[in-house]
Amino acid sequence: MALNREWIGKTFPASAPYEVSRVKIREFANAIGDNNPAYLDTDAAKALGHPDVIAPPTFAIVISFQMGAQVVFDPGLGLDYSRVVHGEQSFSYVRPIHAGDVLVGTPRITDIRDAGRNELLTWEAAITTVDGEPVCTAVNTLVSRGTAAEVAQ
Amino acid sequence: VIRYDDVNVGDTIPARDFTVQRINLVMYCGASGDFNVIHWNERIAAMVGLPNVIAHGMYTMAQAGRVVTDWAGDPGAVEEYKVRFSKPVVVPDDDKGATLTVSGEVTEKLDGNRVVVTLTAKAADDTVLQGARATVRLG
Repeated sequence: MALNREWIGKTFPASAPYEVSRVKIREFANAIGDNNPAYLDTDAAKALGHPDVIAPPTFAIVISFQMGAQVVFDPGLGLDYSRVVHGEQSFSYVRPIHAGDVLVGTPRITDIRDAGRNELLTWEAAITTVDGEPVCTAVNTLVSRGTAAEVAQ
Repeated sequence: VIRYDDVNVGDTIPARDFTVQRINLVMYCGASGDFNVIHWNERIAAMVGLPNVIAHGMYTMAQAGRVVTDWAGDPGAVEEYKVRFSKPVVVPDDDKGATLTVSGEVTEKLDGNRVVVTLTAKAADDTVLQGARATVRLG
C-alpha cells in the first residue's frame, strides 16, 4: 500500500524528554564496539573539554528513533515497518550530546515520493535541550520497499 | 590529535576492516531500540525479498564514523555526518559474518578549522555507503 501523501508537512507532537545517561552511552558504545575513552571515562571526556562523557556521533539515532516511533507507526501514514530499510541519515551538531542532557524534539515529515518501485519518506527533527538550547538536527530518509503506487495498482 | 594546519586535501585515512556478525546486530537492536525483524529474523527477511538478515544502516554508519573519530582524536569534533545507504550489508548466520571495509580521505578544508572527510565503505565488493562525509572541527 502506498504511503499517505497528505502526511507531507505533518508535524508531530514534541517527544517526551529523553535523559541521556552515562550507562546508556556506554551500552551504545559497547554495541558499536567503540572503546573511545570520551564515551566511557568522565575524566578523559573532561580532559577534552566536555562537561561529562559524550555520545558517539550516531547516538542521536536513539533519541531520533524514539521520536520517530510516532511517525513510522502512525496508522494514518500506512507504513509497513518490515518493508522499511534505511535510505539516508544525517546529523548536524551544534555541540556533542553528553551525559546529563535532557533532550526533546518535534518530528516533521518533509517529503514522501516515489523512487522506482519504492517510496522514500523523509522526516526530520531539531533536537534541543528541554531549556531550548539547540543540540542536533537529525534528518532521516526511510525506504518503503515495493510500495510505490504504480506497483500496487 | 590531528591539527588543522597539518592536514591537506588528499590526505587519506587507511582502510580498516570491521567484522559484522549476528551478535553485533542483536546488541545494536537493544542499544538503539530498532528491533526491525529484518535485522534478526532470516525467515521474515526472505519473505520481504531480502537475501538474508541485513545490518542496521546505522550500525554501518557507526563503524564508518569510528574511522573519523579515531582519526580526529576527539569524537566531539564531528559537527556533521551524513550518509546514503546504497546497498545492504548482508549478515549470514555463520562464524564469519560480513566484513565491512572503511577508508577516508580529506576532500575539503573549510574555514573555522573545519575539514571534510569523505568515507568509502564496502562489504562483499558492494559500496554500501554513498556520499558519506563528515565535517570535523580540528584544533
